[in-house]
Amino acid sequence: MASIWEYANPKKFIETTDRLLPWFSALALLCLVVGLVWGFFFTPDDYKQGSTVKIIYLHVPSALMAINAWMMMLVASLIWIVRRHHVSALAARAAAPVGAMMTVIALATGAIWGQPMWGTWWAWDPRLTSFLILFLFYLGYMALWSAIENDDTAADLTSVLCIVGSVFAVLSRYAVNFWNQGLHQGASLSLDKEENVADVFYHPLLMSIAGFVLLFVALVFLRTQTEIRARRMRALVARERLQ
Amino acid sequence: MMPDLGKYAQAVLSSYAVSITLLVLLVGISVLRARKVRRELAETEQRVRRNG
Amino acid sequence: MIALLIRDLKLGTRAGGGFGLGLSFFLIVVVLVPFGVGPEMGQLSVIAPGILWVGALLACLLSLDRIFALDWEDGSLDLLATSPLPMEGVASVKALAHWLTTGLPLVLAAPVLGVLLNLPVSGIWPLIWSLALGTPALSVIGTFGAALTVGLKRGGLLLSLLVLPLYVPTLIFGAEVARRGAVGMDMATPLLMLAGITCGTIALLPFASAAVLRVNLR
Repeated sequence: MASIWEYANPKKFIETTDRLLPWFSALALLCLVVGLVWGFFFTPDDYKQGSTVKIIYLHVPSALMAINAWMMMLVASLIWIVRRHHVSALAARAAAPVGAMMTVIALATGAIWGQPMWGTWWAWDPRLTSFLILFLFYLGYMALWSAIENDDTAADLTSVLCIVGSVFAVLSRYAVNFWNQGLHQGASLSLDKEENVADVFYHPLLMSIAGFVLLFVALVFLRTQTEIRARRMRALVARERLQ
Repeated sequence: MMPDLGKYAQAVLSSYAVSITLLVLLVGISVLRARKVRRELAETEQRVRRNG
Repeated sequence: MIALLIRDLKLGTRAGGGFGLGLSFFLIVVVLVPFGVGPEMGQLSVIAPGILWVGALLACLLSLDRIFALDWEDGSLDLLATSPLPMEGVASVKALAHWLTTGLPLVLAAPVLGVLLNLPVSGIWPLIWSLALGTPALSVIGTFGAALTVGLKRGGLLLSLLVLPLYVPTLIFGAEVARRGAVGMDMATPLLMLAGITCGTIALLPFASAAVLRVNLR
């Protein structure tokens, strides 16, 4: 791999990802199946949380991906602004729905996990609330892409939105922590992934996380290809109309 | 075979069901759209080559 | 830049300029709340600071698409872009004009409307200070959102979707100041955070707004 910028060429990107996609997909499926089966069938219950600890194998990886997807979009947006590689802008667009879905899964599993613990289907726990806000950022980003006709303009505007949004997302995280902890230190019933996870849970969790990461990469490869082809088709159709 | 999930069975099972369903949905939609766009692009390119 | 400001202020305050609209909307929202949650005064007095903040925020939101829409439609925005005035200056002035015609009136109206919601007397000044400090941020952030959607025909709903998540930090700290003030608690931390957000957005967001305007004017 001479330079990663080679793949900024749409044709080269499609050729390379065509070769990589089957491997990443298969590996993703393998890790997911191994991780989830291991975690579901072959791990003990937690003495505090009972069998609900098994939800960790879904909640933690999806939450991690929800955040990492946005960070990837941020990097891709910066690359677009600085180096104007269309593949980068399209990759950001491609990643958004995947990130949004990850956020939904994190929220759903978080709420379902919380219900037996907290007694309600939703609690404005700082972590869950932050993910809810992140979901809104994803929606806005995707909506802006859809609303603008000109591809380059859309790429520019959504890139700036992603950057500004990232700053505000971090701000919101602190604000929400303050909002729900300001008066009651430590009362947050957080499904803390930093709490010491015992080894017996840790390894299937790593497998599951690996599976989610590989799945994200595979989906972004696939979806970016689709965006590249769609863009090419729009260009061809536009040229046809001019003739 | 099925572990004894105790009183949390509904919570655990529904979270697995929801997550797997959503993932399958996401992958399905992505694959279907990829195929559709691939096909349409091929048709468009053919048409342009014929007329162009 | 002063000329631009005065012109926008005049446009904003004449009939149809949306000046009264924001205030009226604020009033309507405040009136609706007791219909929704019941007239029990004790309950209203607890939620009053929050409701007034949300109401003010929504009223601000309402007038955002006006910031650039008129100038976009009649080509004045293109003229402004080619003038010696930097685009960042244009964005800042527009935000200031929006605040003077929308935000500031809301700040002054809030304690009056607080009477309808049984806002405790101790809460009046904290509310005013928090809104006075927070509404400029709402205007600057709103200007960014308006710049993003300036070219779109039915951009209003998209504008709300984009701007409301950005409003969350300001809302959290602003309402916290108002709530703490109403019960006599120490307001220093949220007040400082609110001031920080407002100063940060005023200093930095106009650059993003300007960049976005230039993209849309290409």
